[in-house]
Amino acid sequence: MSRKAAIAVAAAVVAWLVGVPLAIGDWTYQLGVLTQASALSVIAAGVWLVFYIGRIHIGQGAFALLGQYAAAIAITKLGLSFWVALPLAGLASALFACAIGLPILRLKGVYFAMVTLSLTEAARLTAQSFVSVTGGPKGILNVPLPGAVEVFGLTLVPDFAEVNPHIALFVLATLLAVGTFIALYRIVNSRLGWLFRSLQQNEDLASSIGVNVARLRVIAFAIGSFLGGIGGAFFLVVQQSVYPSSFQVQDSIYLMLYCFLGGLGYVFGPLVGTFVLFIAFEFLHGLNEYQPLIYALLMIGLMLWLPNGLLSLGRPGASAPGGGAGGGPGAGAGGGWRRWLHLPENRP
Amino acid sequence: MEQVLVNGVYLGCQYALIALGLTLIFGLMGVLNFAHGQMYVLGGFVTYYVYGVLGLPFPLALVATAATLCVTGALFDKFFFRRVLRHGAREEASMLLAAGTALFLESLILIFFGEKHRGVPSLAPGVARIGDAYLPYSRILVMVLAAALIVGFIVFMRQTRMGRGLRAIAQDREAALLQGVNVERYGMIGFAIGAALAGLAGSLLVAISGVNSGLGTWISIKAFIMVMIGGAGVVSGAILGGFILGMAESLGYRFFPGGETYLILFVAIIAFLAIRPQGLMGKPWG
Repeated sequence: MSRKAAIAVAAAVVAWLVGVPLAIGDWTYQLGVLTQASALSVIAAGVWLVFYIGRIHIGQGAFALLGQYAAAIAITKLGLSFWVALPLAGLASALFACAIGLPILRLKGVYFAMVTLSLTEAARLTAQSFVSVTGGPKGILNVPLPGAVEVFGLTLVPDFAEVNPHIALFVLATLLAVGTFIALYRIVNSRLGWLFRSLQQNEDLASSIGVNVARLRVIAFAIGSFLGGIGGAFFLVVQQSVYPSSFQVQDSIYLMLYCFLGGLGYVFGPLVGTFVLFIAFEFLHGLNEYQPLIYALLMIGLMLWLPNGLLSLGRPGASAPGGGAGGGPGAGAGGGWRRWLHLPENRP
Repeated sequence: MEQVLVNGVYLGCQYALIALGLTLIFGLMGVLNFAHGQMYVLGGFVTYYVYGVLGLPFPLALVATAATLCVTGALFDKFFFRRVLRHGAREEASMLLAAGTALFLESLILIFFGEKHRGVPSLAPGVARIGDAYLPYSRILVMVLAAALIVGFIVFMRQTRMGRGLRAIAQDREAALLQGVNVERYGMIGFAIGAALAGLAGSLLVAISGVNSGLGTWISIKAFIMVMIGGAGVVSGAILGGFILGMAESLGYRFFPGGETYLILFVAIIAFLAIRPQGLMGKPWG
């Protein structure tokens, strides 16, 4: 990222952080929508990264749930501050991802998809079964809002309960999302990003050149799960509670949809996908009842007519599924992904 | 212990029927049919209306279910999967499409049939005693019907011209095409048969445990587990996986009456896949 672009991004973030609360600060519901969209985009970014190494990840709900429970246990049972629990939740998810990733990342294609889908269900069952730790079906309730952070008597972060909590949560979610996507952008455009792309295109070839495929897969999976855990922990303070059904199979599928809607080939795909879908839905407020149906039709339509996502619109040859592999490498690796998508089918 | 065995065989027959349809579609199209559980639920509701509400004979309900699901499967193939697969897109696209169709079918079922749990009158009253085990006649009937359907399916695949064509596609799509098999048409037929098998399983089970619109995802996950155990795309693997899961579930409910059975199963399967990623009967891939 050039210096100019960095300043532009910083300015946009500051404008968003100041402008949105000024404009709609009193509309707590709408502000909450933006807060949730930001936090969900963090979780979706984790899904995106696992897709980036060529694995179909339908289990992010499990890692978000794990993070949410980890934070809840750290706050209510161990009495830790939210600001310690937040990274702890991410680490817990990442550690679990390392442990489980070693065996399951050897699986490819539909096998990996099936295992990760089952993982979401397994997470729910675990939360339900270990009543002494997780509270069972009743969950963990009455989690306090994040407290103040003070260093040498200087208040860095105010106690959320003493300021307007809606605006405080909005700011926190935005900062988390900004941090996540800057990190993701840096990763994708670093040496690690090239290595991840090599996994996406051909693991055997990458391995033959000397890429440590197994280690890289686990690294990507752990980073993705870390993001899932952080996002889950954030939802803990939004909802102030956690249940076994806080993240379900359907949520895992929705997270996948956010990534596809934005475009799997673009770093900012999950961000765009989450916000577009979330905000578009607020315009269709009366249709809440039909949300699954509309999401389903959207998913089907997307795959039929726009398989490379919204961000591929306006790039020549990118939106049409049969189009050429033209266009430069977009935000990260648009070109790479498109070339990859047009490779002949390779069935197991 | 005998009761556990009997229950295991009974569950295994049904599960094998579910897994067969899933593995057939996967073998032919390379598509993991996420909507399989929802097709099962749809089959259950069709039977509920034909047999339970209209009071028509059960065999007629089975025929109606098979017909409905055949049409559903064929339409899914024609309007959704064929188009996406034609572009030669890789698994991600067909996977999200499959997830989309599952969500689509589930919300339609919810809108049309509501949230209530539905059951039908028992097929045959009375209970049989086998050694120390008890088994209601209705379960025996369901078991026999499921077994008959499985045998019928195998005979169809082995003995008929159409079955041979389907097997050819599963083995090598391009070679089958070169030999004059109408791949598109047979793919559609395969999808229809796979869907019908799921629907028939739902149709049989509605007579025992009823059906509700939220069951689909859980049935799909069970079907995935069976396919992971047996190996995707292999008929013998699906049957084996079905019986192993049936037996495991029966044993699990005997020793862990809480919900831990599936938790243990998930852990066992992840460990198993680490050793044998292609399942018991599956072909290893690169």
